[in-house]
Amino acid sequence: MENYASNLLLSGKRIDNRKLDEFREIEIKQGIIDKAEGSAMVKLGKTKILAGVKIGLGTPFPDTPNEGMLIVNAEFTPLASPDFESGPPGEDATELARVVDRGIRESKCIDLKKLCKTPREMVLCVFVDIHIINHDGNLIDCAFLASLAALMDTKIPKIKDDRIVRGKFEKDLPVLYKPIEVTVCKVDDKFVLDPMFKEEAVIESKLTVCVRDDEKICALQKQGSKELTMDDIKKMIEIAIDKSKELRKLFER
Amino acid sequence: MVKTNEKLIVKGKRLDGRAIEDLRPVKMDVDVIERADGSAQVAFGNTETIVSVYGPRKLYPRFLQKSDTGILRCRYNMAPFSVEDRKRPGPGRRSIEISKVTRLALEPATFLTDFPKTVVDVFIEVLRGDGSTRVAGVNAASIALATAGVPMRDLVVACSVGKIDGKLVVDLNGLEDNNSEADIAFAIMPSKEKVTLLQMDGRLTKEELFESLDLAKKTCKKIYEMQKSALKESFKD
Repeated sequence: MENYASNLLLSGKRIDNRKLDEFREIEIKQGIIDKAEGSAMVKLGKTKILAGVKIGLGTPFPDTPNEGMLIVNAEFTPLASPDFESGPPGEDATELARVVDRGIRESKCIDLKKLCKTPREMVLCVFVDIHIINHDGNLIDCAFLASLAALMDTKIPKIKDDRIVRGKFEKDLPVLYKPIEVTVCKVDDKFVLDPMFKEEAVIESKLTVCVRDDEKICALQKQGSKELTMDDIKKMIEIAIDKSKELRKLFER
Repeated sequence: MVKTNEKLIVKGKRLDGRAIEDLRPVKMDVDVIERADGSAQVAFGNTETIVSVYGPRKLYPRFLQKSDTGILRCRYNMAPFSVEDRKRPGPGRRSIEISKVTRLALEPATFLTDFPKTVVDVFIEVLRGDGSTRVAGVNAASIALATAGVPMRDLVVACSVGKIDGKLVVDLNGLEDNNSEADIAFAIMPSKEKVTLLQMDGRLTKEELFESLDLAKKTCKKIYEMQKSALKESFKD
């Protein structure tokens, strides 16, 4: 499925004149769904992703009796791309949700211990639901930004008689870190960030790296059907660490 | 899943007596399933996987066929009795993701363009799960593909590396995995050092991460020799 944009990328140029390591313009809007406890729409160029956070009550997992639960789910809604079909989440949606989940969970950016009401009996469940609205490439990075923005917007609802009182809030969800996921793509011998949908046609391997504020790496996921050398991996991780610093500034106010 | 507050490394030894760079006892057998075109059974300690390979065979329904290449399909599945709490049968989100990364780990090693319109099916069953199941699956799948006669650039060798009690260790067992600060699943084609699987979760500094990648590479070379001798063994008589 090669095209003009992807062929241009092979020669090291981009159709919108960006540098290879340059992201498209990012726009973050929080608090746009009033029924959700937290929400955010992130536009990354023409890629649009909406993330909503709902808070519920549940019984904790037996092995973590005093921790709240985090559940991340992604829907590739058929409205976002002619390639998406309705039905249960497919392989790519599942992978996206799990990679975002891993970044949030392993970075410990939400203090799940603070979400326990009664040990072994009742904890808060944080549901992050990711909806792709328009697919123009680089879904994982965009979905992660949307999820983080939505979590930072989340308020914990009031609980009365073991029930959630909707519309009344206690406090903000404690978000301790601002991890960032950056997907570094390899095209020939070049490393590229934030590919558009058309550019993704020639990308054979990618590495998603989750970097926390203190530069700890919290998640890695290699994707694509081609292999990487050890040197590639090390370079890609360095690129991701650098880029994460720049992207994190979006959340500083 | 068992959490523990106990130390996992005591006087340089792990709870099962291993040093930090030791593998669990490894067992590799090939041609264990008669009906399959290729098969293998691989155990790392109490983690045991069995794999069969069918193909290259004609792919149906026909609209799935690719006119210029064959395709690879992988199914990673955990038997309900393989873990402490019964695993609900059927593909969960974890299995779906692992099936995908396993396919991508094996694909670079195969020459499927020589077999247009066909499929190679790889079925991985975890019989006993005690940590590092996906890498055991990749190791078994790789030698099963070889015995099936699928042309390959190299074997794919996988291992896990993690950080427990502040130290980097290889081949995590279930208890270590559940209590680790980080764990990595890694696969490589050793002759040209091409990495085909890399997943990590936890918290590592860049330096620790690079060190664990080198450790993983070194460990894979050991497993590579075991794979080769398992294959040689099967052609002995």
